[in-house]
Amino acid sequence: MNLLTIDPQAIDWARAQFALTAIYHWLFVPLTLGLALIMGIMETCYYRTKNDFWRTAARFWQRLFGINFAMGVATGIILEFEFGTNWSNYSWFVGDIFGAPLAIEGIVAFFMESTFVAVMYFGWDKVSRGFHLASTWLTGLGATISAWWILVANAWMQHPVGCEFNPDTMRNEMSSFLDVALSPYAVDKFCHTVTSAWIIGAVFVVGVSAWYLLKNREAERELALQSMKIGAIVGLIASVLTAITGDESAYRVAKVQPMKLAAMEALYNGGEDQSLTAVAWVNPFCQPDYQNETEAPLRLAVPNALSILATRTIHGYVPGVNDIIKGYTLPDGTVEPSAKEKIERGRIAITALQAYRQAKTEGADEATLNSQLTTLNSNIKYLGYGFIKDESELVPFIPINFWAFRIMVGFGTLFILFFALILFLMWKKKGIFAPAAQNSKLSTLNSKLLWFAIILIPCAYIASESGWLVAEFGRQPWTIQDMLPVGASVSDIGSGAVATTFFLFLALFTALLAVEINIMLKQIKKGC
Amino acid sequence: MNYELRIMNYIKRAFDFYYDGFRQMTLGRTLWLIIAIKLFIIFIVLKIFFFPNFIASHADKGKEADFVAKELTSRGPQE
Repeated sequence: MNLLTIDPQAIDWARAQFALTAIYHWLFVPLTLGLALIMGIMETCYYRTKNDFWRTAARFWQRLFGINFAMGVATGIILEFEFGTNWSNYSWFVGDIFGAPLAIEGIVAFFMESTFVAVMYFGWDKVSRGFHLASTWLTGLGATISAWWILVANAWMQHPVGCEFNPDTMRNEMSSFLDVALSPYAVDKFCHTVTSAWIIGAVFVVGVSAWYLLKNREAERELALQSMKIGAIVGLIASVLTAITGDESAYRVAKVQPMKLAAMEALYNGGEDQSLTAVAWVNPFCQPDYQNETEAPLRLAVPNALSILATRTIHGYVPGVNDIIKGYTLPDGTVEPSAKEKIERGRIAITALQAYRQAKTEGADEATLNSQLTTLNSNIKYLGYGFIKDESELVPFIPINFWAFRIMVGFGTLFILFFALILFLMWKKKGIFAPAAQNSKLSTLNSKLLWFAIILIPCAYIASESGWLVAEFGRQPWTIQDMLPVGASVSDIGSGAVATTFFLFLALFTALLAVEINIMLKQIKKGC
Repeated sequence: MNYELRIMNYIKRAFDFYYDGFRQMTLGRTLWLIIAIKLFIIFIVLKIFFFPNFIASHADKGKEADFVAKELTSRGPQE
């Protein structure tokens, strides 16, 4: 019998609070990364051409960058507060792993960012054009390096590598810094996340430019046209790169988090020659009956595409939810144990851990200690499963994974088409965005396209947040894949306290967001 | 002596750079005010009153591993 002493609602509130604060944090970060690239490009144009137009353009987008940067400052630190209060077991467990990346992030990246952002804003006409340009790029680079280390930490949660569990300290201790920092999972995650942030920057620039054109703002016309061109080029390249890196990420997920992929696809029963679901009816509000249904109803799928995505072979084996629960054998003979076996081995590991620590406290002899250690180490891979009470806990909430993945990919595809269309029209129909009086035939297309560009701004954020929903809901029940589930990670804390801070954050961040949007809109209306 | 003078000169120039920059801010003043309010709320109000370090406040110093071990094993299988 398992003894759960904690308030079960505390788990849900702690998860909800972390999700809320992470989602809010991610409203500010991608625009920082995306705008940093675009303002760097524009200032490079100024440096090369010495044309004051580009200086004006760069300074305009830097102003909007600054608003978003200021609003985003310290929104991430709250997540670390939550580690220490709501997720104390997890925090202790990973402390040795997260310590280095987060320290480097703070010392190197943050100081780099904050030093050069001052030169970027204060240094016009005070430092050389070359030094100012370097400062602009280094501001963006600092922000991007910050992202690297945070994503290294998150990647480690999804696929823990470069570590060994120490039963004396109850911590995972880093055995290889390079394995952690350069984990293929981390590299894929970084590339995918940063390129998706560039999309947000591009959509924002194109959308704001579209507004100026719609309003026939003559003073901003040239700014809007040139910004739209640069934004569309960046957006098209970023969208294609995001698709490529997304494919790599999915391949990685298939290898190390097969249940996440199964949930993303609502793949209940797998096998060879698996098709990729374009759409199916998965009830958004309740877990499907994956044990009894063969597949999600009304399924439209691309033949063999999932096998190709997951295994890079046309006939590759992809396990479904039920296969992972029951255990399966890969074509190469590798056996993946059943959930029941993993849970049993996990319980053996926890019991051995407890016995080892008890024996050490009592001063037992080395042979006894070694015996317990041997049992622990031979089952350590399944330690986290020992906390699982029921196999169904191992299945993430499929509807969120399924629909969030489709929202992300759907918008991603739309962005590629949209940016390509913008560039094509700007190239082939030079007057496409001329004032309606001059170009009445195109005025309807003009106005619809420009409004669409504005509407895409929130869509880009929805796509970006959807990606995080897939990443984080898909790893449930794990805070650290296979090592520590949420039930073991959370502090033994009253749910009332967590609920209180949840609503405090909701109020604080909503106010922040309202302030940012207000200031941002005022500056956009003010123009250059 | 020259070296020390040069260092002092650099420090003074850096100080003037930041001083002039902050003095000439317009929109920046509003943003800095928002940042200051936000940092106060986060570090003074939230951190102190709502986000204590759970392990530090529940475990004796040096006994954190024992505390976490007990927390985890109590949530595992019971005989």
